Amino acid sequence: MSELFKLQVTVNGEVYEREVEPRLLLSDFLRHELGLTGTHVGCEHGVCGACTVLLDGEAVRACLMFAPQVHGREVVTVEGLGTIAEMHPLQQAFQEAHGLQCGFCTPGFLTSLIPFLEENPDPSEEEIREAISGNLCRCTGYVHIVEAVKLAAEKMSAT
Amino acid sequence: MKPPPFEYYAPASLEEALALMAEHGWDAKPLAGGQSLIPMMNFRLAQPEVLVDLNGVAGLGYIRPADDGGVLIGAMTRHKTVQQDSLIAERAPLLHEAMPKIATQQIRNRGTFGGSLAHADPAAELVSVSVVLDGRMRLQSAQGERWVAASDFFVSLFTTALEPEELLVEVHLPPAPARAGWSLQEVARRPHDFALMGVAAVVGLDEDGKCDFVRLSYLSAGDRPMEGQKAAAALVGEKPSAEAIRAAAEAGATLDIEPSDDIHATAEFRRHLANVLTRRALEEAFERAAG
Ligand SMILES: Cc1cc2nc3c(=O)[nH]c(=O)nc-3n(C[C@H](O)[C@H](O)[C@H](O)COP(=O)(O)OP(=O)(O)OC[C@H]3O[C@@H](n4cnc5c(N)ncnc54)[C@H](O)[C@@H]3O)c2cc1C
Ligand code: FES
Ligand code: FES
Repeated sequence: MSELFKLQVTVNGEVYEREVEPRLLLSDFLRHELGLTGTHVGCEHGVCGACTVLLDGEAVRACLMFAPQVHGREVVTVEGLGTIAEMHPLQQAFQEAHGLQCGFCTPGFLTSLIPFLEENPDPSEEEIREAISGNLCRCTGYVHIVEAVKLAAEKMSAT
Repeated sequence: MKPPPFEYYAPASLEEALALMAEHGWDAKPLAGGQSLIPMMNFRLAQPEVLVDLNGVAGLGYIRPADDGGVLIGAMTRHKTVQQDSLIAERAPLLHEAMPKIATQQIRNRGTFGGSLAHADPAAELVSVSVVLDGRMRLQSAQGERWVAASDFFVSLFTTALEPEELLVEVHLPPAPARAGWSLQEVARRPHDFALMGVAAVVGLDEDGKCDFVRLSYLSAGDRPMEGQKAAAALVGEKPSAEAIRAAAEAGATLDIEPSDDIHATAEFRRHLANVLTRRALEEAFERAAG
């Protein structure tokens, strides 16, 4: 077996230290080592987007990174966006506009959209569809997701 | 699936990385953005014993003006950075236009310029774009360095001129000649997917408005970027009339490519696409060249 890697990483504002096998995927590290099961695993080859997390503020595929690669860095998962009592405006918008059904894809949509809405506070429908093109949803048909993003943009610029 | 075990090294300098490559040679793979290598490891199509992670190596990610008026791009420059860079937009507009076609934003946040070239997938935009832009790759090992022209760098499917202990460190793109135009045309099942067929083109006109040179490279048309030499021969020295362009597209689609059947498209359909896309690419490129 390969040597264990001593990893220190900040996840959702909390510092964690673990010893991991280098081959451990970031997605499995978050789910199995830290118990943060909001990050979902659909395909493990970068296509579905369910595993998307924020790495130093950028949306990346957690299934296409090894855990040691986030040593010393900052990760935010869907659990870090808001709480049930105090949801992020983007989460509220998904709830109000019916932007989800089963919810499997939702964490990846939310994490992908956070940096997008920061860079594009007033996006067009075309820009929204482009921004979500890396996330698959098998339930909604995307129409309500696009509506939710429009609503979120309104909410976020109002605050 | 899960990747097989490997030894992991995260060197901080190029010297260290090259020393690791020299020591581990055939058993080692450099890890750049991981957006092609990690899926292959998850599928266990790749099982390297050693990974040399280049992400912490200082000084490999940059875009700089070259003395000849072209640009120099460090191997670890992320797709996102290339996409947003104003020097690239100005000096290599074909490359600028290609970037949003590569995967989706989350992939472009990690994937690198050098990784895409070293991976040598004949469906990759950057592979054909670097060929028609007459790019040159700087390869380095613990022994020294050498430059290889893009047209010699891509050998066959996922195979380049890189020796096992070498790293691709930099790519040089020369400035565009006078009266040159460019185009990138492709058809994919969905935007951001790998192209079913595509073609990158750079053309130049002489002072009389005749075709001076044509460089074409096809994506997804064989085991490497397929250069459109027969198509070019049909045009050079001619006025780029609609007829001449049609003849060149026909020659390219029948003689220059070796597409195959897969679940996405038949070879015949790919040849049809190549014909249509070559015509569109040449029309747009000559229009731009005429300025
Ligand atoms: C869902 C999805 C869709 C995609 N769609 C497209 C697309 O439409 N078009 C497209 O072109 N690409 C696409 N890609 C691939 C993407 O562009 C990758 O980023 C790229 O192919 C590889 O770059 P990387 O930096 O991620 O390299 P890695 O995956 O890290 O490495 C790829 C290979 O190159 C070797 N290597 C890397 N860097 C060096 C170096 N400096 N010297 C020597 N060898 C090196 C590695 O050992 C490995 O064998 C897609 C990827 C995914 C996951
Ligand atoms: S699980 Fe990572 S993209 Fe599908
Ligand atoms: S809500 Fe079910 S997959 Fe998107």
